[in-house]
Amino acid sequence: MARFILTRLWQTLITLLLLTILIFILARLTGDPTPLVMPSEATEADRNFFRQQYGLDRPVYEQYVIFLRNVLHGDFGISFRYREPAFGLVLAAIGPTLQLAGVSMLVAMLLGLPLGILAALRPGSWFAAAVRSYASLGQAMPTFWTGLMLIAAFAIMLPVLPSSGYGTPANFVLPAVTLGFYASASITMLTWANMTEALRSDFVQMERVLGIPRRLVVLKHALRNASLPIVTYLGLQFGLLLGGAVVTERVFAWPGVGQMLVDAILNRDYPVVQAAVMLTAVLFMAINLVVDLLYAVLDPRVSTP
Amino acid sequence: MSATTTGRLRQARRMVRLPAWGVAGRPPILAAAVCLLIVIAAIGGGAITPYVPDEADFTAILAPPAWSEGGSWQHLLGTDQLGRDMLSRLIAGARISLLTAVAAVVAGGTVGVALGLAAGYIGGIVEAVIMRVVDAFLALPFILMALAFVAALGTGVGNIVLVMVLTNWARYARLVRSEVVSIKQRDFVALAQVAGLRPAAIALRHILPNVMTSILVLAVLDVGRAIILESSLSFLGLGIQPPEVSWGLALAEGRTYMSVAWWLTVWPGLAIVMTVISFNALGDWLKAGFDPRGRL
Repeated sequence: MARFILTRLWQTLITLLLLTILIFILARLTGDPTPLVMPSEATEADRNFFRQQYGLDRPVYEQYVIFLRNVLHGDFGISFRYREPAFGLVLAAIGPTLQLAGVSMLVAMLLGLPLGILAALRPGSWFAAAVRSYASLGQAMPTFWTGLMLIAAFAIMLPVLPSSGYGTPANFVLPAVTLGFYASASITMLTWANMTEALRSDFVQMERVLGIPRRLVVLKHALRNASLPIVTYLGLQFGLLLGGAVVTERVFAWPGVGQMLVDAILNRDYPVVQAAVMLTAVLFMAINLVVDLLYAVLDPRVSTP
Repeated sequence: MSATTTGRLRQARRMVRLPAWGVAGRPPILAAAVCLLIVIAAIGGGAITPYVPDEADFTAILAPPAWSEGGSWQHLLGTDQLGRDMLSRLIAGARISLLTAVAAVVAGGTVGVALGLAAGYIGGIVEAVIMRVVDAFLALPFILMALAFVAALGTGVGNIVLVMVLTNWARYARLVRSEVVSIKQRDFVALAQVAGLRPAAIALRHILPNVMTSILVLAVLDVGRAIILESSLSFLGLGIQPPEVSWGLALAEGRTYMSVAWWLTVWPGLAIVMTVISFNALGDWLKAGFDPRGRL
């Protein structure tokens, strides 16, 4: 077990390090940031001073070491646009993103879990067919279109909900339904498949033969056995929601990291881009790591080779 | 096998064994027809559009679809804010969507397969290095990874194609490597080695053909994902740029007119959803037929 945890930590660390190299290379691809930062009336001497200060005149590997050291200190440089530390800006935006992802996750579970369980209990029925259509639609509808259609329906045709903004519970409804619907598709299918497997298993069949009430068998035994992979998947899905939030935030003008990242790319505000990408990556990998370790604790088969 | 996150995800997917999916039974004829239609539209492009897709016509601004009030059969699906014919723009958009998707799948797939094959067959330090790089490329949700590349490379058709390749290759490498590792243990590979075949020949002629069906299934399932990625980037203003036409871009442009002209946002969205559903259905059918044990 200890060995498994160590290996997993080590892998995560290496991946993170490689990711910093990748981000560093990408940042260098964009060229010399000096003209973007310095006012146009700056003299060549000023520009050179700036380059020297940021180490842009040094060899590439030295630049990388400087970059890495700064990143470890949470220093991604000053936003070209807001003239504030980029990391602070991104850190302030992570709250709304996590809130949106959390509420969306709740919506996805409320939709996906019951649909999956009920479909598994009624194989071959019209209900199961409807659930399958629901899931394939959920996987095929891009969130920006779902979002726009919801805005058309509930903010324009039937003006009952706000189409954008942040702060009140009403603001959560449309973005969270948009993102939650998308995530619910795969949760539905996974729950369905695992429930089907659990219902088919010998011990559940046995209990039914023994005449234990169906409701009890389903809720107490089948569901419990189906739940481990589902719970794991929910954890991973939360990480994926951070990615899905980028587009949804844009549609609903939600003040999160995704919105900030897209704005920063459009304005060539590279320090903010790097900080946003790095912070999301760390968060995403941390969630995956925790999920993996939890799974190993709950299911000892995983960590024994 | 270590339970990495990617392994976990694969395991989770493996358990999506669909009850009564009609396993490889009826081929999805409707889905195949839609896919064919999209391919025809993409190949035909400007040659089969009723109008030039980016030609403005200020006498027909925001004309509704033919069957609604005020519409005319001149423009079956209506026109946009510049009087451009929506049907023509949808057909032109099919070309961009499919071009980027095919690039992601074919070019990204080729790079990924080559690296996965090398990692799985050579093993050792080569495998360790390639697989850690793969992990780094998969360390972010794919839309975020794509945005990181767009930030560095810029927008436009050429760059978006490159971004699609960069975001996509790693998943092929992971799949191929894991298959190769198990195939390598089989007797026919040992026999080929004893017979004195060069490693490259063994890898290409004896191992690769055994992985091909898995790659094919992944590729078809990937088309939908790639189309959603391209249209998302274009919707965000970070993908295809005007005067090129893309479904995602058309949606972003039509958004402003949503309260007066529903057809500007409904048609491109429907085009995306129908295409993605059809390719997914086709992929699922192939998967049920070729991959009954659900290794993908």
